[in-house]
Amino acid sequence: MSSRDTDWEGVRLHVVTGKGGTGKTTVAGALAIALAYGGRRVLLIEVEGRQGIARLFDSPPLPYKERRVAVAPSTPTLPGGDVYALAADPEAALIEYLEMFYNLRHAGTALTKLGVVDFATTIAPGLRDVLLTGKAVELARRRTGGRQHYDAVIMDAPPTGRIGKFLNVATEISGLAKVGPIRGHADTVQSFIKSPQTAVHFVTVLEEMPVQETLDGMAELRGLAQGGLQLGGIMINMVRPEELTEDQLQAAAAGTLDEHELDLGLKDAGIEDRRGLASSLAAELTEHAREALAQRAERDRLTKERQPQYELPLITSQMDLAGLYQLAAALREQGAA
Amino acid sequence: MREDRRPPALEVDRLLDDPRTRIIVCCGSGGVGKTTTAAALGLRAAERGRHAVVLTVDPARRLAQSMGLSSLDNTPRPVPGSAAKAAGGSLHAMMLDMKRTFDEIVEAHAEPDRAAQLLANPFYQSLSSSFAGTQEYMAMEKLGQLRRADEWDLIVVDTPPSRSALDFLDAPQRLGRFLDGRLIRLLTAPTKAGGRAYLRVFTAGFTMVTGVITKVIGVQLLRDVQAFVIALDTMFGGFRERAEDTYRLLQAPGTAFLVIATPEPDALREASYFVERLSADQMPLAGLVVNRVHRSAAPQLSAARSMAAAEALQTARPRAAAVPRHPLTATALRLHAERMQLAEREHRLEESFTAANPVIPLVEVPAQPEDVHDLEGLRAVGGELARGVRLS
Repeated sequence: MSSRDTDWEGVRLHVVTGKGGTGKTTVAGALAIALAYGGRRVLLIEVEGRQGIARLFDSPPLPYKERRVAVAPSTPTLPGGDVYALAADPEAALIEYLEMFYNLRHAGTALTKLGVVDFATTIAPGLRDVLLTGKAVELARRRTGGRQHYDAVIMDAPPTGRIGKFLNVATEISGLAKVGPIRGHADTVQSFIKSPQTAVHFVTVLEEMPVQETLDGMAELRGLAQGGLQLGGIMINMVRPEELTEDQLQAAAAGTLDEHELDLGLKDAGIEDRRGLASSLAAELTEHAREALAQRAERDRLTKERQPQYELPLITSQMDLAGLYQLAAALREQGAA
Repeated sequence: MREDRRPPALEVDRLLDDPRTRIIVCCGSGGVGKTTTAAALGLRAAERGRHAVVLTVDPARRLAQSMGLSSLDNTPRPVPGSAAKAAGGSLHAMMLDMKRTFDEIVEAHAEPDRAAQLLANPFYQSLSSSFAGTQEYMAMEKLGQLRRADEWDLIVVDTPPSRSALDFLDAPQRLGRFLDGRLIRLLTAPTKAGGRAYLRVFTAGFTMVTGVITKVIGVQLLRDVQAFVIALDTMFGGFRERAEDTYRLLQAPGTAFLVIATPEPDALREASYFVERLSADQMPLAGLVVNRVHRSAAPQLSAARSMAAAEALQTARPRAAAVPRHPLTATALRLHAERMQLAEREHRLEESFTAANPVIPLVEVPAQPEDVHDLEGLRAVGGELARGVRLS
């Protein structure tokens, strides 16, 4: 076992949210791999029925059953680890739940056929969320042979716009059963989610809308946090490295680059047909510089949050397993796992 | 040969200028720029003389401000600062307030005391503010209202940020079916006169069903649902009918769907699903808008040559120190190579879409270095949409 200091020591349930298009599922997958290093067993769970995890790991669709989808390789100093994945489904979770508390497995199956489960989760939308978060918490708390079954559970959670409602189990359930097993279940789920054993990470890219949603989402969770809901890290995805020196950057952004110097360089590099090339390249540099400055402004807004930030480089090739391990390595280097 | 495989260009201005175009629906997965596209189309149409209204669901704050939308008040407001008037057109915009829209349906269809009873019902309150699908249903409802009001000759709709683009088409009917469904009536039958006789048919099985539902959702919620159903009695049938009416409106001539995507695998996959679905449901697809496409101003210099040139500059001269010559040019060449590679990858992704959908008109909108947050920016996007460049 490693004894590296990481930022989220003691967290068993990592909830990963983010605006659509920011790479939430990819980052959740990379975090799972990163957390698996050192002989650990981690579980990646998806709750929106999209089979995004299966696509990410290039595996067949996930059933409602934990399946190993990847390994963290062993290194000279660390043993390898395992990443399991599961697609949580509210219907299956409800049947499991009925069985657990009421011994009603057969009834549950019959009810599914009648469409009653769909009905119940439809008239009580909070019920759906409780079942899904409940499943994640159950897995995070599961023990086998006197030890934690999973060292960490990573949830590919609903997008930022819905995360507050999704995690606020206690309020959502208040319109439902006020006593009895489901109430007790909801309370257990809620206290786990609001404990230091759960952290909510936000995935964003350095663009205005996703950053704004991250700030709004964090503010919302802080508002809900009387009971101690723990904000996690800000995972800044698809960061483009700045390639220019500060002087070059400012000149490029202002559109005052020395095109003659660019052209001399092109000539020196042996490019023969250079008609218009220097000014085209200058235009590309200007765009790059304006993007870089816009990125900086967004990063500044995030830094005001005072939550740990992790930067994940833009993978310029098609996203594949190699890219995923590269992102996992970046998360480990920065202490996220 | 490649020329033959190119899809037709989407002629945005022709679509906007055609008086028969009455509704444009912008759909696609989350984060692809639907709202910006809808706003840009509305602005362009208005500045070309149409009386346009943009119905948005969840705009980013600065984009909303750019259209003069400071509050969510469910009423179309004039957008200040557009050049629509000079062209003989006008531009309005509104943000959907789904709860308000739902309340209005109730108020319009129920007696005042019954409406009041409904609006106060806890189940109604959660249904109208947080039910999955309510937003989609209400967006369609609002669209139907705007169309019937006939004050605008073009309505541009931005669809809700659903999990899947298909939700916009499915959710309203799902909600309609649910509200009009057999199960909800059965469940509430015991409280109605004559309900008992009905119940006997279902006997023990049904008792078990209510028993389990009560256990799971609780007695109080079940009572709220029952009260809701009774109060809603006169409106039953209405929900599904309304959803179906609007659905037909979407199939009618005069409606044009634009599927929005970015050149990324997930977004294009969603776009493909949507295109298949539109064709299965005989909904009129106008074309595909691919946002945030990267192009190069110097496509004649390939990635490989650009990289080689950068390396040539990096190689120090024998007698000089190990400082690269022309560092700015070297950086420019490296960035250019990356951009060409990105453009090539995007191009391949688009081609895999167009290979499967060769006749769907397509337009590309180049990536903007900064976010759009004023009318000027929207106008620029509109200009790109109309330019109709594709697969360069």
